[in-house]
Amino acid sequence: MQKDKYLDDIEAIKDIMDRSTKFLSLSGLSGVLAGTFALVAAYLAYQVVYDGQDYFSYRIANTSGDTILSLIIIGGVTIVLSLVSGIWLTTRKARQLGQSIWDRQAQRMIGHLAVPLIVGGLVCLILLYYGLVGLVAPLTLIFYGLALENASTFAHRSMRYLGWIEILLGLTAMVFIGRGLVFWAIGFGVLHIFYGIAMYMNDRK
Amino acid sequence: MKDILKELNKAFENRVRLGIMSSLMVNDVQSFKDLKRLLGVTDGNLASHLKALEKAEYITYTKSFVDRKPLTSYSATKLGKLAFKKHLAAIERLLRE
Repeated sequence: MQKDKYLDDIEAIKDIMDRSTKFLSLSGLSGVLAGTFALVAAYLAYQVVYDGQDYFSYRIANTSGDTILSLIIIGGVTIVLSLVSGIWLTTRKARQLGQSIWDRQAQRMIGHLAVPLIVGGLVCLILLYYGLVGLVAPLTLIFYGLALENASTFAHRSMRYLGWIEILLGLTAMVFIGRGLVFWAIGFGVLHIFYGIAMYMNDRK
Repeated sequence: MKDILKELNKAFENRVRLGIMSSLMVNDVQSFKDLKRLLGVTDGNLASHLKALEKAEYITYTKSFVDRKPLTSYSATKLGKLAFKKHLAAIERLLRE
């Protein structure tokens, strides 16, 4: 009987330590939405780069200044849409859980997410400047994976696995350099949708 | 068995105090508001438990002003961390028996 009380105590300690260090309000639905946006973006990017060509036969990537600009705009709009929907859904979930969205846990997670993401973003912009477009898709996956891995200490543990998969995917994409868009669509689209659904189901339990 | 029971710290028997210490073990500082939200207790309840832990010298606090509002930040003392670790070790041994 007394043992039960202390078992409960241990559970309480674990719960408090988790909740006071981790940001757990991230919404699964926002992952699904971000993944969907990414798939649409990949489709649009494909239209821009390989206008009217068959993806699986020999093709010429159109990488003139105009297309690069269109790609940057597509990318920018995707990021903004994903962020806005993500913040909106996460705020809603945080309110349900009685957590605040901008508490120290959230700040810590964003901080750990930000460093690899910003460095990666700058590296990709530099590569674009030199016209090395082929490396951009694999590198965005790799840096994104590193950011997730880095931030996972302050969020759901499962985020770490998503990070590892993104890194592996990015490395593979670097080997098959002409197929960057497919890997990009898998990494940012399909994986986000699956991860989001898994998180959503887990929350409903 | 009796020896172990003696090692269990009375100061951590209460759930709120246990919560405060758990949170301060993994966070350098926590404000009154942080703790209140985390533990879901009333101001008065939290304050009285904080006071008890202060008295035992397991936690300390600093007061500062942010945007002209007073902010009280609590942190665990060396003594408090040690006592908490001992308490956890005692629980562990108790559960293993």
